[in-house]
Amino acid sequence: MLEIKGLKVDLEDEDKQILKGVDLSIEPGKVHAIMGPNGSGKSTLSYVLSGKDGYEVTGGAATLDGVDLLDMEPEQRAAAGLFLAFQYPVEIPGVGNMTFLRTAVNSQRKARGEDEMSAADFLKLVRAKAKSLKIDADMLKRPVNVGFSGGEKKRNEILQMAMLEPKMCILDETDSGLDVDAMKLVAEGVNALRSEGRSFLVITHYQRLLDHIQPDVVHIMADGRIVKTGGPDLALEVENNGYADILSEVA
Amino acid sequence: MALPQLKQDATDARLAALSMPLGAAWAVEARGDALARVTKMGLPSRRDEYWKYTEPSSLVDEAATEAALFSSDEAPMFDQIDRLKIVFVDGVFDADASDDLAMDGVTIERLSDVMAHDIHWVRDIYGVLETKGQDPVERPLAALNTAFADDGIVIHATGQAARPISLIYLHRDTSSDVMLHHVVRVDEGASVTVLENGAAAARFNSVTEVEIADRSAFHHVRAQGRDHERRAVTGLFAQLGTESLFKSFTLTANGVMTRNECVLELTGDDAQAHVAGAAVGDGGDFLHDDTVFITHDAVNCESRQVFKKVLRNGATGVFQGKILVKADAQKTDGYQISQSLLLDGDSQFLAKPELEIYADDVACSHGSTSGAIDDDALFYLQSRGVPVGQAQDLLTLAFLAEALDEIENEDLADALRDRLENWLMRRRD
Repeated sequence: MLEIKGLKVDLEDEDKQILKGVDLSIEPGKVHAIMGPNGSGKSTLSYVLSGKDGYEVTGGAATLDGVDLLDMEPEQRAAAGLFLAFQYPVEIPGVGNMTFLRTAVNSQRKARGEDEMSAADFLKLVRAKAKSLKIDADMLKRPVNVGFSGGEKKRNEILQMAMLEPKMCILDETDSGLDVDAMKLVAEGVNALRSEGRSFLVITHYQRLLDHIQPDVVHIMADGRIVKTGGPDLALEVENNGYADILSEVA
Repeated sequence: MALPQLKQDATDARLAALSMPLGAAWAVEARGDALARVTKMGLPSRRDEYWKYTEPSSLVDEAATEAALFSSDEAPMFDQIDRLKIVFVDGVFDADASDDLAMDGVTIERLSDVMAHDIHWVRDIYGVLETKGQDPVERPLAALNTAFADDGIVIHATGQAARPISLIYLHRDTSSDVMLHHVVRVDEGASVTVLENGAAAARFNSVTEVEIADRSAFHHVRAQGRDHERRAVTGLFAQLGTESLFKSFTLTANGVMTRNECVLELTGDDAQAHVAGAAVGDGGDFLHDDTVFITHDAVNCESRQVFKKVLRNGATGVFQGKILVKADAQKTDGYQISQSLLLDGDSQFLAKPELEIYADDVACSHGSTSGAIDDDALFYLQSRGVPVGQAQDLLTLAFLAEALDEIENEDLADALRDRLENWLMRRRD
């Protein structure tokens, strides 16, 4: 599904290399987790894959189902099936959440040459999905993320994911700023979306989230590289011993 | 005091090119007084304090600069709104194209008719509110209008007007130079909505005087013409009685130059005045100027000014907004915000907010900002699949939303929102 080979990325403004050759291969239906200390390049990886400005790819490749991701505009990547759940979802005053969702859904459909969803169908779908994430009608009416609590923002991310039905979902520290109950709710939302044709890349500092979203593969990232890959046990190892042991082991 | 020579020459030249319409004795006197005001003040120049940001010469010149006609396949503005239509073609009332002027709740007459009557209530307002509005800031182009305007509409609201009165200004002559003068009187307990739209003329000077009695309401929604080359200066003068409501909203798209002056005086307690605008401008020729002066002269009144401008390709926006709170106007609540969205580095926004407060128990706030589209919001939308052009439009409309929210009537707000959306869509990369 997602193939990353030798990906090297600089910060555009600072001439500083952040990713120093990342290799990652995610098969359809699998959940991969990336853990790693602060500044290891986890969030950069998610931004570069989704097409945010400010980064320069200096080497390597990233493809989604064989299609070169790095050559596409962010909206084309989205239409191709890539989704990033933001660590810090952006507030957009003046744009209603419902308008936002509908514009996004129909933009992607249009880009794929599909018919736009009718207002009635859309409403029915969004209400059903919102209900399972405990997102009330008021949250749908309000401007995107404006005045939302941390938990509400993350739930709103998962709602977008549920509506857009991407095949490759990247969750960037979705657990940050969440209490235990909110995390469970978000994890349930994610688990409900797990399917054979859909893969996940879960970026997190903590093992906690992985108790709820069970990964198939766990990677440790440090200093711009994947330094170790293993099964779910690897996350427990980090939880118990910290990163220091693993990092000294691979050094 | 003698005028500066250049100003004197420009004023003389313009006045020499104009002729005063005929009318009843009082009308001749009112126009004569207005002419005397113009002669004393002289027509504006860039050296005047309130014309510092806006070059007025094209409004002052003897003849109007030609303006090419603009045709569009868009549906006429306010097409979906049930309204009483009054059509002016290059500033001349067109009875055939207009609806019957009879309507419940209001009496509608043509200015040129009432100015010939020896006795008519309009003499108590015509030129009177404009004159009051000359102090402390001179508005010579409004006085010029009072002196020379021949046509316009006179509205007397005695109850709830059954439908909005829609003034439609058609532009057919590329060199038309037009002055229209409207007078509105809203009786106690009455309410009326006035809509305006259309390019009007190559050069358009309009004055509207509105007297709003106690516990009455005046609503005004205006969509200024899309003609790219037309020039306009408008003066809206209103006086508000106790517990009365004044609401005015203006959408401006295109035009080489638009100067909208709004001069409000709150003279009755507990009155509310809301004036708002959204302007979108494209290109270095575009200049849009909102100049507002609100005087609080009564207790517990509220005024709001909400102005938003979207400027691209070197367009210029100007905002000069003043709140004057007189010593006895305690418990005044004054709010003023002016913001611009600059879509490129060549566009500019010039803002001059002013507060002058003599009462000691008031709440007045003002703010002014200029900024670009929020990159994070743009990326967020793109990352959800929204193409960059559409995402920019969505954010631009979101920026304008606060101003559009000032419009009470949802149908009217939707009509203007559609117009803005189309304007943006036509410019999408």
